[in-house]
Amino acid sequence: MPVALEIVSPEKLLLSRSVEMVVIPAAEGDMGVLAGHTPMIVTLRGGTIDLYEGDRVTDRLYVAGGFAEVTPTRCTVLANEAVPVGEIDRGAADKRLADAEAAYATESKNGTAAEDVALDRVQAARAMVAAAA
Amino acid sequence: MPSLKALRLRINSVKSTQKITSAMKMVAASKLRRAQQQAEAARPYAERMERMLGALATSVANSPTAPALLVGTGKDQVHLLIAVTADRGLAGAFNTNIGRATRTLARKLEAEGKTVKILAVGRKGRDYLKRELASRFVGEISYAGKRRIDFGDAQEIGNRVTAMLAAGEIDRATIVYNRFQSVIAQIVTEQQVIPAPPPVVTEASDTGGASYDYEPDEETILTRLLPQALAIQVYRALLESAAGEHGARMSAMDNATRNAGDMIKRLSQNYNRARQANITRELIEIISGAEAL
Repeated sequence: MPVALEIVSPEKLLLSRSVEMVVIPAAEGDMGVLAGHTPMIVTLRGGTIDLYEGDRVTDRLYVAGGFAEVTPTRCTVLANEAVPVGEIDRGAADKRLADAEAAYATESKNGTAAEDVALDRVQAARAMVAAAA
Repeated sequence: MPSLKALRLRINSVKSTQKITSAMKMVAASKLRRAQQQAEAARPYAERMERMLGALATSVANSPTAPALLVGTGKDQVHLLIAVTADRGLAGAFNTNIGRATRTLARKLEAEGKTVKILAVGRKGRDYLKRELASRFVGEISYAGKRRIDFGDAQEIGNRVTAMLAAGEIDRATIVYNRFQSVIAQIVTEQQVIPAPPPVVTEASDTGGASYDYEPDEETILTRLLPQALAIQVYRALLESAAGEHGARMSAMDNATRNAGDMIKRLSQNYNRARQANITRELIEIISGAEAL
């Protein structure tokens, strides 16, 4: 039995189709979703969503964080930003990582509450660079 | 009776005005289509967000530590009004309606002893409200010169509002915007965003009756989800307003084009009559001159 996967960003519905299994980058570790999964709501960190057909990865998408709702028949990903891995611009990813690290450096010096947010951004950017490589 | 020359000039000037209004109408029509598509595309995310929020809200609603974005600050003193208007005029009563609704709401709240703060989005609303309510302004945002509104713009507004709430500067927030109903009807809508409106209870979804597991816990998710939910509400209001603006301008320009057409017709009639009167007069002068000889 397949899982109905939907990936939506605020600007549009990015993907909607049935897959056998999908692996999503949940905040506390990657999570494989098969049909019949227990209902969950999770936050996502920056990372890649892998769509599986059998034991083969058919598609990989990079998401920069967001939320996912899992039910026995559905998996809905609310992504802030999602790009197919093949379309990631390596230069842009590197630049984003550099920016995020610079922002984190200033935030961590001040020790403000924004530090965590900045750290999340650094990790998301790192995942993007890794995905592009 | 104006001279023939004056009439001719007048007709020409009305004709060029008509050309401009009919061009503006065409432009508005094509922009309207794009704005509608954009609003359409934003819908799936908003719906799914609402579903998740509904599930979460019911599970933490009674918790004393529920975030302020969801349940408010517990006070009802300072109201923030976010007035969404267009940056350009010539769209009928589009901007005035928002200005008037915001002013009425502000007066009503102040009569009840509340404090009102205004965040004006769009240049026209800012100009309108500045005249009387300038002292309530806490900020203004304009998208003049921007081709299209993206989610980042909405997030910016969301972040500002969240920051104000966190700093204890506001207790409630309401967006006043034009909801796009059809090309001829934009409905002024006042939508409360803080505290978050009670989610629509959808009948048991496809979880098979089981409740959700949360990872991390509900409240951590909520603190991340709520700002996003606020931003998406702002985003939808901005898009609706953009579609409404183009719709309003389209019908305003359609009217203007028609009026110009009527005017041209009337002026041409006057012109022809005056011309004929001149000819008749000249003929009479010639004939009576000839008879007198």
